[in-house]
Formats: sequence, structure tokens, C-alpha cells
Amino acid sequence: MKILSLMTVFLVGAALIYGTLDMPKWGDPQSPASTHVSPYYLNHSLEDTATPNVVTSVLADYRGYDTFGETVVIFTAGMACILLLKAGRKRRGNGHV
Amino acid sequence: MTRDSHDVIVKTLARLLMPFMVVFALYVVMHGHHSPGGGFQGGVILAAGFVLLVISHGLEQTRKRMSEKVAEIISSIGVLIYGGIGVLCLILGGNYLDYGTLSKLLRVTPAEARSLGILGVEIGVALAVMAVMCTVFFAIFTAGESSQDDRSVK
Repeated sequence: MKILSLMTVFLVGAALIYGTLDMPKWGDPQSPASTHVSPYYLNHSLEDTATPNVVTSVLADYRGYDTFGETVVIFTAGMACILLLKAGRKRRGNGHV
Repeated sequence: MTRDSHDVIVKTLARLLMPFMVVFALYVVMHGHHSPGGGFQGGVILAAGFVLLVISHGLEQTRKRMSEKVAEIISSIGVLIYGGIGVLCLILGGNYLDYGTLSKLLRVTPAEARSLGILGVEIGVALAVMAVMCTVFFAIFTAGESSQDDRSVK
């Protein structure tokens, strides 16, 4: 069973690595992202958002919905921490009493 | 560790550092438009201030300034600010999180409204990150011991 799991992991890993071969090279100026999206952001960020920092305007404006998801993920992580650690403490306390 | 430490050097240094940390965190949040930074980084620096306070002045002293309950409420408020700005844009007739429509409310050009919308969202992120970091730190810090039970015994 262990060998089977290991085989599955290696097969999936090999498939994923094979899949990355089709992707554009790192920092390739001819890749679709560099020819369509990035120039638009760099050219229009200041007039669209009046924000000199392009990273901030992409993070919070053009990709604002994504950042909202990130914030919710952090919030959920905090809530999960409370639920796991506080629930465990209460149960232990009751056990002693 | 949860009790008040009696180290004068650590306490004095923490008291000196704390205001600078808070000011620097606010600077990182507010200056995200012009320099590297933003809500996530500023929130973490703010939370680091509270961690320093726990280490130097103990958990009880810190609880007076930032209790678990307050941290939980602030983290919800941070997410609510972010989502609320998005809903406000919907109400004003734009897409979700389309800050350009806030120009009707703020009476500035759409580009400036977007800049202010980004700032509002960053403040929400900073509050949420700061409060969640404090919550996680408090939860892990007090997980081993049941402080409420200890107090009732004493």
C-alpha cells in the first residue's frame, strides 16, 4: 500500500512537471502575461487609480476581489485557531472537574 | 511567562520601542500607495508590537489593552470594512469593489476615488491581519494552561 501511494505521488508529480514544460519561461518578454496584461497595468495604473505604486494598485484595485479572498482566508485561519485551541482547553478543564 | 516579568531593561526598552513600532506600522499602511508596504505588512508590524508587550509586560497587562474578545471583534470589523466598501460600490451603481463609483460619494475624480478606495481597503486588511495575529498568538500562548481555571482556584 505504501509503495502504491509513493507511485501515485511520483506519477502525479511527473505529470505536473511535464505540464510546466508548456508554460512560458520565467520572465519571458514574449509570454501572454507580459505582452497583454502587464503593459496595460504599467501604462494605465497612474491615470486609472492615481496610485504611483503599481503593485498596490494591482493588489487592491485590479485584483481587489482576490485580495478580499486572501483577507477572508486569514480571518478564517484565526477563527479556526480559536475553535481548535479553545475547545480543547474547555474539554480538558471539564475532564479535571 | 504569562506573569509580569521584573526585568527593568526589557520593560524600559519595550516601552521605548512600542510607540515607534505603532508609528512605523501606520506609516507602512498609509504609505503603501508610494512605497513597498500595505495592509498585510503594516498589520503584522502592529501585531508584533502586542507580541513584544506580552513578552515584556506579561499576558495580564496586555489583556487590559487588547483582550481576546476585542481582537476577535476587530478581526471581523476588518473583513467587514473590506466587504462593506465592495457593497458600497454595488449600491452606488458599479461592480463589486469598483472604487471608481465612490467618486459620487467623496466628490473627487474617479481616479482619486480609486486611490482612496485602495486606502480604505488597506486599513480593513491591516485591522484584520493585526487582530488575527494577536488572536492566534494569544490562543497558542494560553493553549497549554487554562488561565481562567487558575484564577478561580486562587
